[in-house]
Amino acid sequence: MENTASEYESFYHGKGKYKGILSWLMSTDHKRIGIQYLVALLTFFSVGVLLGLLIRLSLIAPGKFIGQETYNRVFSVHGIIMIFLFIIPGVPVAFGNFFLPILIGARDVAFPRLNRFTWWIYLAGATLVVFSLFAAGGAPDTGWTFYAPYSIRAKANITLAVTGVFVLGFSSILTGINFVTTIHRLRAPGMTWFKLPLFVWTLYATGWVQLLATPVLAITLVFIILGRVFGVGFFDPSKGGDPILYEHLFWTYSHPAVYIMVLPAMGIISEVIPVFARKKIFGYKAVAFSAIGIASVGYFVWGHHMFTSGMSDTARIIFSFITFLVAVPSGIKIFNWVSTLYKGSIVGSAPIYFALTFIFLFSIGGLTGLIIGSLEPNLQLHGTYFIVAHFHYVMFGGAGFAILTALHYWFPKMFGRMYPERPAKIGWFILFIGFNLLYFSMFILGYEGMPRRYFDYPPRYFPLHLVSTIGSWILAIGLAIIAGNLLRALFKGPKAPADPWGGRTLEWTIPSPPPTENFAETPVIRD
Amino acid sequence: MIVQAAGRRDRIGAKYGMWLFLFTEILFFGGMFLLYSVYRSEYPVEFHASAAEENLLLGSINTAVLLTSSLFIAVAISAVKKGSYRLSIIFQVATILMGLAFLGIKSVEWSEKITRGIYPNSPVLDKMKMGDILFFGLYYVMTGIHGIHVFIGICVISSMVYFTLTGNITKENFSKIENTGLYWHFVDIVWIYLFPLFYLIT
Repeated sequence: MENTASEYESFYHGKGKYKGILSWLMSTDHKRIGIQYLVALLTFFSVGVLLGLLIRLSLIAPGKFIGQETYNRVFSVHGIIMIFLFIIPGVPVAFGNFFLPILIGARDVAFPRLNRFTWWIYLAGATLVVFSLFAAGGAPDTGWTFYAPYSIRAKANITLAVTGVFVLGFSSILTGINFVTTIHRLRAPGMTWFKLPLFVWTLYATGWVQLLATPVLAITLVFIILGRVFGVGFFDPSKGGDPILYEHLFWTYSHPAVYIMVLPAMGIISEVIPVFARKKIFGYKAVAFSAIGIASVGYFVWGHHMFTSGMSDTARIIFSFITFLVAVPSGIKIFNWVSTLYKGSIVGSAPIYFALTFIFLFSIGGLTGLIIGSLEPNLQLHGTYFIVAHFHYVMFGGAGFAILTALHYWFPKMFGRMYPERPAKIGWFILFIGFNLLYFSMFILGYEGMPRRYFDYPPRYFPLHLVSTIGSWILAIGLAIIAGNLLRALFKGPKAPADPWGGRTLEWTIPSPPPTENFAETPVIRD
Repeated sequence: MIVQAAGRRDRIGAKYGMWLFLFTEILFFGGMFLLYSVYRSEYPVEFHASAAEENLLLGSINTAVLLTSSLFIAVAISAVKKGSYRLSIIFQVATILMGLAFLGIKSVEWSEKITRGIYPNSPVLDKMKMGDILFFGLYYVMTGIHGIHVFIGICVISSMVYFTLTGNITKENFSKIENTGLYWHFVDIVWIYLFPLFYLIT
């Protein structure tokens, strides 16, 4: 189907009750909400990147640029912004909102007003977090994990930041409820469970994780707030409380949260690979079920964050074993993507570059996860840069690259414009080089014993720190080229056809950008 | 297969949403029950001794009040389904009054303790044994957060009264009040667990 500009009105031009900025804020259109989320996410991502650069800069000359106190605040805020404001909401709220209803042939999500409400409380939570950075008292310096009892006694604005994260959690829970209900109730005729695009499967699994894990974080954060405001000492040893219990509750959420970040990212890759390999996905059901597998097993591995915190050997062995189990479904996905590529006639467009990089970087992140999931190496490496490198490979190399993949894959559909391929690929190349210099050096640093979170270090670590920091600059240049290219295309790019890539899913059957209610008539899916 | 038709309400979908929300509530309270179990197994003697301080009579009355209110909201929903809107409003208001009574009795219990100096971070409480500090901390937090849920329930039922009056809730379109009922029953059930854990373990 070709776009014929005069025949339809895109959702950007749809008439509603409100004008100007309110036509966005008050909109219940899942696409408008998705776009707004995307803008907010990318804004916070940019702030997080700048803070990250500042951390790296400080580390090549400790004390020259920022003081120790500031350093603690900067890495804490870097974590809080990147985790809670960018990557946890990440794929579901931006791309999930925009594409979930379209992919299943629906006009909107099950609860459009609830969807708008989640956007509002996301804004409220984000405002609180930002406010905590500038209010008297000072930005949080606890790290993003808010470990007790320090978080209960620290002078900084922990209460504000924690309240902000609590509110953000609410937004996440309601999005999960909305998506799970949408997938159950609003599939188009003929869209049976095993015809669902794989991105929808991962959103479904993610929705359940959001539902079942986030409330645990919420109540844990409430305990922190109550501890600070009313002196309730559930995690305060001087009042009989147990700080280790905080870690258990926190990771009961925060490990599944890793899957909130990475599952929908895997969904994006499962969409992109078959389109550009010009083949059907290999082992559809295995990929779909592995998403459910990751979501359910991932609930029981939180203890591996605490091997050095104090736990019985039995508990540690069990947690270590389950950690190995959760690697199996991830491995299934990787093998199926590679099998899909095998003997495909791969089209070398920009999205596949990012998708393949995802597979490469995520594999490194995943395999090093097994190293630290084993007890003995963990005791050596926990609390070193090895951990930092590992989770940046998984979070940035995984979820982050998937977001870049999605941006390049769905950009024509979301904005109705094409971008030039060449700058995207140049940006990708520079980013890839910078990324590996930045984070692979950290693996070696960690292996040599460089502790994480430290402000200063013995001189023998300097060369690798320098390599890592230079990597961070190269990475930033790569990101800037990618962002500049897409921003320019947003205004100057040629109009995009309905289906620029030869995709088979429903979003490519409607014009770019989609009309307000997506489908002129409800699609019926036949084989 | 289910299709979304413009303007048509999806009653089952709304119910899905409510049940999923209640799952999240269970996990939210689950965090508190987890702390309770851990600390009670750590300090069994103190927990039993402290529970003797609770006012069993008021606690029992509150249990009866809340259970009855659950019956009332159920009747109110059945009344809507049968089209007896006046009867439904009477029972909704009765539910609200029961909820308020519950909060009133709770506040009597709380203020009685507070006048004796037992509240988090108080000089009296901080001198007590660690198990006691934790027991009363949990008591205030768990009944407090439960009380907030009761209060939210009262607000929601009040708006249901308004919707029934304005004809927004009818016997064809009653998922709002039905889901409110689910929420109210949930709040009730949480209390069913809180009551023995704080009052009956002496």
